[in-house]
This record gives sequence, C-alpha cells and structure tokens, in this order.
Amino acid sequence: MLQVLCLFVPLIAALFIPFFFKKIRNVHTGWFVLIVPLLLVIYYSTYIPSISKGGTVIEQLPWIPSLGISFVSYLDGLSLLFSLLITGIGSLVVLYSIFYLDRKKEQLHNFYIYLLIFMSAMLGVVQSDNMITLYLFWELTSISSFLLIGYWFNRDKSRFGALKSMMITVAGGMMMLGGFVLLSMMGGTFSIRDLIEQAPQLATNDTFVIALVLILLGAFTKSAQFPFYIWLPDAMEAPTPVSAYLHSATMVKAGIYLVARFTPIFALSEIWIWLVAGIGLLTLFWGSFFALKQTDLKGILAYSTVSQLGLIMSLLGVGAIAYHVDGAADTVFKYAAFAAIFHLINHATFKGSLFMIAGIVDHETGTRDIRKLGGLMSLMPVSFTVALIGSFSMAGLPPFNGFLSKEMFLTGMLSVSEFDLFNFATWGPLFPIIAWVASVFTFIYSFYFVFKTFTGKLNKEALPKKPHEAPIGMLISPVILASLVVAIFFIPNVITDLFVKPAVVAIQPFLYTSPNDVHIHVSAWHGPTPELFMTIGIIVLGLLLFFTLSKWQKVYNVLPERFTINRLYDYTMNELLGSWMTRVSGLYMTGSIRKYLVYMFTAIPVIVIGTLIFKNAFAFSFNGASPVNLYGVILVAVLVIGTITTVFAKSRITSIVALGAVGYTVSLFFVIFNAPDLALTQLVIETISVALFLMAFYHLPRFSKAEERTRFKLGRAFVSIAIGAMVTLVALSSHSQKFIASISEYYKETVYSEAGGGNIVNVILVDYRGFDTLFEIAVLAIAGISIYAMIKLRLSRKEKNYENK
Amino acid sequence: MEIVMAFACGFLFMSAVYLILSKSLLRIIIGTGLLSHGAHLLILTMGGFGGSNPPVLADGVTEYVDPLPQALILTAIVISFGVTAFFLVLAYRAYQELKTDDMTQMKGSENHE
Repeated sequence: MLQVLCLFVPLIAALFIPFFFKKIRNVHTGWFVLIVPLLLVIYYSTYIPSISKGGTVIEQLPWIPSLGISFVSYLDGLSLLFSLLITGIGSLVVLYSIFYLDRKKEQLHNFYIYLLIFMSAMLGVVQSDNMITLYLFWELTSISSFLLIGYWFNRDKSRFGALKSMMITVAGGMMMLGGFVLLSMMGGTFSIRDLIEQAPQLATNDTFVIALVLILLGAFTKSAQFPFYIWLPDAMEAPTPVSAYLHSATMVKAGIYLVARFTPIFALSEIWIWLVAGIGLLTLFWGSFFALKQTDLKGILAYSTVSQLGLIMSLLGVGAIAYHVDGAADTVFKYAAFAAIFHLINHATFKGSLFMIAGIVDHETGTRDIRKLGGLMSLMPVSFTVALIGSFSMAGLPPFNGFLSKEMFLTGMLSVSEFDLFNFATWGPLFPIIAWVASVFTFIYSFYFVFKTFTGKLNKEALPKKPHEAPIGMLISPVILASLVVAIFFIPNVITDLFVKPAVVAIQPFLYTSPNDVHIHVSAWHGPTPELFMTIGIIVLGLLLFFTLSKWQKVYNVLPERFTINRLYDYTMNELLGSWMTRVSGLYMTGSIRKYLVYMFTAIPVIVIGTLIFKNAFAFSFNGASPVNLYGVILVAVLVIGTITTVFAKSRITSIVALGAVGYTVSLFFVIFNAPDLALTQLVIETISVALFLMAFYHLPRFSKAEERTRFKLGRAFVSIAIGAMVTLVALSSHSQKFIASISEYYKETVYSEAGGGNIVNVILVDYRGFDTLFEIAVLAIAGISIYAMIKLRLSRKEKNYENK
Repeated sequence: MEIVMAFACGFLFMSAVYLILSKSLLRIIIGTGLLSHGAHLLILTMGGFGGSNPPVLADGVTEYVDPLPQALILTAIVISFGVTAFFLVLAYRAYQELKTDDMTQMKGSENHE
C-alpha cells in the first residue's frame, strides 16, 4: 500500500501549499516543499540494494477492476533509476528555486503546487505497469508542464510557449493512447509486463506496426525529437528551475523511458530500429547544429537538450539490434543500451547544473543574451567553475562523466556498421559518421556556452544589473551536481553496478536475466581504439571551428525563416486553425443566442420526428384512454385562452397575469387528475412566481417599442409549430402503446411494508428516491446562492496587465 | 382525455418556444415558465389518468393513480421555480449593468475579452 501511496504523496502535499503560503509568510514556501522530494528520495534509496541485484517489487491498487485498470507501482532497475532522478533532481531544484524565486514578489503557491503535481505525475509515468494509468499520468505531466511554462502568465511569450508545448505533447499523447489500446486488444491486457511475455505472438498481428508507430509518436513528441522538438526552445520561457527540472532532467526523458520500456516488445521489428535510431540520430545532429545559432543562453541549452535526447534515443534504437544477433551479450552490440542509460544519468547531472548556471547568470546580470555577456569569470568564479565542468562534460572531455558515456556512444554507433540485416549493410556506416559530425558541433556549442559568457571583455553598460556572484544557497545545487559529474568519472563502475545494469536488464530481458550477466566494465582508458581517435578528431576540429566561429556563423542566416518547422506550426495555428477555421465557424456561430436556439429547436423535432418515422414508432389508438370529462375540457379552454393572451399581450402586466392564470389552471388540472400534492405545491409556487415576476416587472423596462406587441414571425412560428407537433406526437404514441407495465406497481405494493408510509408520492420522494430530492434541494441552494451573488456582484473593470502583441 | 391533453401540451410547448425565440428577456423568461407547465402536464399525460383515486393508501381502495409521474413532477415544479427565480434576477441585474433587455444588443462585439 505504501509503495502505491508514495506516488500520490506530492499530490497530497500540494493540497497544503496554499495554507503554508498564505499563513506563514516569513518563511519561503519552498522549505516546506523541499521535505517531500527529500523524504521520497530516501524512501526510494532503500530499494537500491535489492533492485541492484535484479529484484523487482510490485504493488497494485485496483481502480476500475471491471476494466482491468489499476494504479500500479512497479519498481525494477529502470523505474527505480527514473524515480531516483525525479526525486533527487527534484530536491535540488526545489532548493535552488528557494533562492531563485522571490518570496515577496512571486506567486509561490501556484509554482509549488504545479511542481508537486508534476512530481506525482512523473513518478506515476515511470512506475505504472498499467498502460491506462500510465497514459493518465503522462497527460498530467503535459498539463503541469503547460502550467509551469505559463507560470509568468502575463508574458506573451510564456503563454505562447505553454500552448505550443501543450498542443504538441498532448497530440502525441493521444496517439500513444491509440497505440496502447491497439496493444491491449492484441494482448488482452493492459499490463506491460504481461505484454512483454507475449511479444513474439504480438508481432504477428496486422496492427502491430500501427501500434508501434503510434506509441513512438507519443515518445517522440514528449522527448522533443525531430520534427516535434520545436516546443522545447519555446518552453524556455518557464522559470529556470522548471527548465532544469522538467525540460532537461525528467519530463523530456519520459519519451526515452517509454522507448526503453517498450523495447522488449518492439525490438524484433525492423521499423522500430530504423525509426528510433534514425530519428534519434537526425535529432542529435539537428539539435547540435542549430544550438550554435542561438543567442539566448537557455536557447543554447534547449537545443543541446534536444540533441542529447536524440543521442540517447538513437542508442536505444541501436540497442534493439541486439535482439537480432545471436549471443549479443558477448558482442559489441551489448554497449548501446548500456551507454543510453549511462548517458541519461550523466546528462541529468551536467545539464541540470548548466541550466542552473544559466539561471544564475540571468538572475545576477539581468540578461541571458550571449551577445551582451562576457568576462564574468572574475566576478562569478564559482559559477564559472561549475559551468566549465558541465560544459566540458557535455563536450565529452576527461576527467568528466560525459567523456565515458560519449566514448561508449561512439562504440555503440561503430557497432552498427557491423550489422548486416535490414539494409544496415548499406546505410550502417553512415551512423558513426553522423554521430561524429554531431559530436563536433556538440563540442563547439559547449565551448560557445561557457567561454562566450565567462571570458572575453566585460561590457557593464549592456547589462541591466550590476553583476556579482550568486548567493550561496543558489550555488549549492549546481555545485552538488558538478561534483557528481566529476565523481562519476572516477567511480563509474559503482554507479553502473547500482543503477545502469539493473536498468539494462529491464530494457533487454532477451539478453540478460540478472544484472550480474551484464559484463561491461567502464574505464577511461581503452588503449588506442577507434573511439579514442574519433574523440581526438572531435577536439581538434572542434577547437578549430570554435576559434573561427565568428567567420562561419553567418551560415545560419542562409536558411530563410520561411521554411522552418516553427513557421509550419505558426501557419497551422494562426492561418489554418486561427483564421480559416474561425471564418468557417463564424458562418453559424454569430454570437446571437436566438440563432443558436433556432438551431436547437429545429434539430430536436427533426431528430425526434425522424426517429418516429424511421422506427415506425408512431401509434394512435383510443384504447385505455379515460373518458373526456367536462371539467377537463373547460380547463383546456381556459388554458388555451390564457396561453394565447400570454403570447400576444400588449403589455407586460397582462402577459404576467395571463402566465399566472395558466399556472393556476395547471394546478386545477392536478386536482381533477387525482394529484393533490402537486396541486398544493403548484398553487404555492405559482403564487410566489407571480410575485417575483411582478417585482421584476417593476424594475425591468417595457417591452421595447419594436416589440411592443409580439409581431407574428413566420420563421419563429414554423419552428414553434414543429416543436408543438413533436410533443403532441410523442405524447400520443406513448399513450397508445404500453409495452411494459409501469414500475409504479412496485411502489404501490411495498409502500407500507417497506417504507411504512401511506402517501405514495411523498414516500417515493423522501425514501425510494431520497437522493433525487437531496439533489433537488442542492439545485435550489445553488440557485439561491447564485441569486445572492448576482445581487451583490458589481462588475468593476479590472486593469489588464497582459502584454498582447 | 389523454388525447385532448396531448394536444394541450403541444400547444403549450408551441407557445413557449415562440416566446423563447423573441428578443425581450422578460418574454423569454415567461416562455420558460410556459415550457415548464407544458412539461409537467406532458409527464402527467404520458403516465395516463387511469385509476380513480389519489395515490394515498386508504382502506378498501385498490386502484390508485400512477404515483411515479407525480413524484417526478413535484421535483420538477420546485426546480423550475428555482430556475425562473434565477432567470429573473439575472435579467434584472443584466438590465442594471447593460441598460438593455434586448438580446440582440446584449450579444458581445467581436474580439471581446
């Protein structure tokens, strides 16, 4: 129970945040929030010993048992690693945010509630074994990401970025749901573990490939793969702690997680390998290439994240190749999946620290524009050191962890050229070449990021603030991450034994049965291997291009803005949906409520009378009709006269009085039709209604001159006659054919024995259908409260502080 | 009698819709009032008027009127009253704020916030 409940701990904690924010103003709300991820990271750490030996733990909480939907917390190597990342980086980010967000100026309760919602959602994504709840949490991450990107909602760009990320990731999520449903139809279960066991049979289905593509679309949109990556740079409008957390360390890795999790099912498909490896590689190159075009510090990091996600993705694709090689556990093909997970950890450490440094620079200088920055090294020595460590690790230099995983990445890519199935013999050699070129660009933008910011000439006039080193609290988190970057380089095998190997077993169950089977030893020095020469080549060419950057950076201006993917998105949103679709709906959505009512009142009789005709349901007979009585006829006559008067009355008062007459006639009807309770109620209510109408009459204007008398309108009359005819037809048919006896017999028989009452109508209301009455009272209460609110409401024109372009 | 009532209900609905489609807010509210009367009578009619006694247990009586439609109508009367009251206050406040009760003028302009 505890294990599943832990998923919801952040969500529950979020409920208390407004209280902490409102009541305890002198303490930064972040301190209370910090407890949550800290406790969770300790809790999940207790699982490390057993799971690093290959154990798994599962706990279920049934939600909709009849549909096989339950909340599941399944911890194996892969999900534990992600859970630790989410809570661990989460703690550091919360700590950082305490110093980044001002206690007095910011809406902290909003921020932390969104952040905690995200934490729950993300834990749910990586621990759910049930695909439906996985989808649920998946979308919740999109929503919380939307809220966090739009945190400064009065900025135009924030709202734009929030919407963009939402549109793209939720669209992908829907695709993924389709894939899940297809998979569950094939396998007859929502459980991913059960599906993995029947993977070979699943592949024989016709819809297998469709499910594969749909699920990949979900993963690619979330993990910002080409061409969906465009939302990530715009998501940088979020506060920097959010960028460090969601948009580099955790949420964007949900797609990676999904691909890793589903590898055992889809690995035997050629399309899977091509799509994951190919798109990943393309994204890797694309992101690294365009990172150099950026002038915003966070923009550079965004493109770099896109590129690094592509790197991990391509490794996972190549990792699936191992499925098709006999005895792959002892060949060169074993490295790819291992490298993917290893790099995922390393990326979280160095990119997290770099984002925090970008935030610090922004915070202390007032700008993130790299053209204005420079020479901060002497002013911000600690930040500079952290940035240097992070960037060098990202560039793949020793002695930092990025070097180890980058080498292994090259090994993985080189292995592709040895694979000869699925046309890889022809195209395989391209993989290491593209990987190498992308690595060169990675090297350049890493240097670009750190040296353009911290070295060179300090231009104090261009900076909005006087630069100085960040407060100590803000530096703690990036320093911790940077020390991890160094530490992992020196003790890589401790990390891989604890975290990477168990995760690899989860990705490649077809190769290994326990983490001990994974025979990979990470070391910094392999001797003169091709990887080493490739790295040296990267450094030489990278340095050369970095120093000549100003000469060739103009290349980026050659590609006209018109042909970018962003333009395509803008076109779709503004032109296609925004303008064209608005015009189409504008044809019938005029804003006139009368028109809408006409649509509805036309549609209802068309549908009902149409159904009567097509189903041959109309019937008419006098059988069972009670005899016409005199009083009834007289009342009908009064009713008709009253109604006509109501409709055509010249003045309001006549109209209201006539309406009252109709109401009293109705209550007389109740008398002659043996409904004393109704008659009483109707009498009372009608009296109050007339009084109310007369009060309104006192305040409301006369019927306007144009409508002094309701003039006869043909269109309106036609619609009303159709409605009237429909009602009459339905009433006649329902009277003329009674297929089943009234269920009232039950009430009549049991009213005394079961409910001990004599007045059947009253007993039904308060006993048999007690809930109906309860809700009826609720409706009255709501109406009462609304009336009170409306009377008190005074519309004041609020000042708008939105910047709209 | 049911047949006659069926036509009476149809007539009430027809008049109500005709009023609801007019411009003046007050007329629209009066229309909803008529509509609820029509609906109540319709439910009663569809249940049939058979049985000569009100649905209250009494010695020696075996034939009661169908009680279920009456229970439904009782709920409906109260709710329709709540809705009417709400509408009236809405109209009153809308008139105070907007100085009109003409539906065509109340419709917002393009690009309203």
